[in-house]
Formats: sequence, structure tokens, C-alpha cells
Amino acid sequence: MSTEYVDQSGPLVRPYAMTGGRTRSRVDIAMEALVTATARGDREAGSARHEWQRIVELCQQVQSLAEIAAYLGTPLGVARVIVGDMAEAGMLDVHEPGRLDDQLGTYLLERVLSGLRKL
Amino acid sequence: MDFGSSSPGRPPRVTASRATSAKIVIAGGFGVGKTTLVGSVSEIRPLTTEAVMTAAAIDVDDASKIPGKSTTTVAMDFGRITLDEDLILYLFGTPGQTRFWFMWDELVRGAIGAVVLVDTRRLADCFAAVDFFEQRGLPYVVGLNCFDGIQPYTTQDVRDALTIGQEVPIINCDARGRESTKALLISLVEYVLRLRGAAPAGVGS
Repeated sequence: MSTEYVDQSGPLVRPYAMTGGRTRSRVDIAMEALVTATARGDREAGSARHEWQRIVELCQQVQSLAEIAAYLGTPLGVARVIVGDMAEAGMLDVHEPGRLDDQLGTYLLERVLSGLRKL
Repeated sequence: MDFGSSSPGRPPRVTASRATSAKIVIAGGFGVGKTTLVGSVSEIRPLTTEAVMTAAAIDVDDASKIPGKSTTTVAMDFGRITLDEDLILYLFGTPGQTRFWFMWDELVRGAIGAVVLVDTRRLADCFAAVDFFEQRGLPYVVGLNCFDGIQPYTTQDVRDALTIGQEVPIINCDARGRESTKALLISLVEYVLRLRGAAPAGVGS
């Protein structure tokens, strides 16, 4: 029986090694939360760890947590921990999704509807 | 003299100080066309994000019987539609295997609603999704995906078979077609707004 552990597309380290073994972020970030790099992120990315640099690069444009995870090739939970750490370090802004449970929610739904009609 | 060293190739920054996102869940049985539907309107090629279910989330007895196999990976395909300069809508396909309920909880949290995509030849495949959304009170519409342009059942046939209320929109669709998918999404958001209009209680600050 042969055992094949080589995954050529996968990361070279086990995913949770990037997070110091933590599997939960200190902050709960929705998968559709929007993330952008801050000016501080731009300044400090050069001396940061590789995956932090990648995320600052990606987040020059607005990206959701799910997109960051997909582009990095890490599970969602890993991306959530890293993004949470970077937000805490002031390198990223995280915008939680619009809430739907009040009048602002109705306004958001109306904007979504009008946007879809214009597509 | 030129002291500046701009960084060429860097895209212009999108100011996101007020950017907002919303999401819609796309559910349905395996192979019914969820990713096709997402791709028909997404501005990016559908991406895949993975969630890892650790042993804690698996039935303990099962996990303990499989040494070294304490995690399971669940994949979800998703797409993105920029609706306005500060508004992005995400479409998330549910994992193909409905037994991964832990992921469904996270998927529906904060969602506008869901589209249940149905292949009428395999109607039973969507029962689990319909039950889940009914139970969670998440508004959903049903899209009957026409394969080969043929739809042998009427929407009323399907409504009866699924025992869902008259108010739930059921629409024939083609998951490959952008206009068809747009119409499904529009009908969902209109339906959600109707529901809110009908039940203004709970609106408050």
C-alpha cells in the first residue's frame, strides 16, 4: 500500500502553523466581511511574514475574508485568525457585513435590489 | 529632481471606508448546477473556500475510531457581484454534502436569503435544504433548473411535492443564463422585502 502525502498545490507548512496553532480568532469575522489594507499595513508589510505581505497586497482592493482564504489556499478558519491578528495590529480594516435586522436593513435590501436590476 | 519612487503595477485603491457586503446562499443537491448558477452572474470565476471541521465538531465516537483522521474539509464555491462602488454581493454555494450542517449555520448567518436550486428529476435532493431554511426562518425561493430546456413538472406540482407555502416563489430557470439568474436573485430580494413589509413588528433601532 502506498501512502502519498505530497500535495503539490498545497502550502509547505501545515495551515495552523501560520496561526501559532490557534484555530479560533479572537474576533469573529464573517466570511463575507470586507477587508482592506490600511496605510500602516502598506508601510509595515515589507518587514512582515510572507502571508501577511500577500494579504496586504490582495487587500489593496476590497476583498472578503472568503476571497482572502481562497487566494491564499488556506481554510477559512486560518484566514480568519490571520486577518484578525492583522486587524489588531492596525494593518487591515475589517468591515462587517450590513445588518439586516432593522430599518437600515430594509435600506440595504433596497440597494441590493436596485443594483441587481441594473446589472 | 525626482525623489519619488511610486510602485508601478499596483491597482488604484478602492476606498472602502463605507463599503458594505451582503450575501445570498445558493443551495441544492449535488450536481444540480449551484456553481454554474454562481458563475453565470459572478464578476470573478467562482472561487472555492474550505472550512475544516475539527474532531470537536465530529461525532466523538466516530472520530476516535479513526486515529490521525480528526478533521474533514468542506468546500464551498462562491462568487462576487459589485452592485455599487461601495456595495458587494456574495453568492455562496452550500457544500454538496448536506451532512456538514456546521457549515450551513455559518453560511446562513446574516444572509439575505437563499435560492434552492432544484432538478425536478431528483426532487428529494433538495428536501434537506428546504427543511433547514424553514427551520431557521431564512427566506428562500425555489429555482427549477431546466436541463436541456425541458421542464416536465409545473411549479404547482413541485410546490405540492415539497409541501411549501403558496407565498414561496417558485421559478423556472436556467442556471447557465445570466438573465435567468438575475431574475431569481431579484425575486428573492423582492420576496424578502415583501415579508418585511408584511411583518413590520421587530423593526426598530
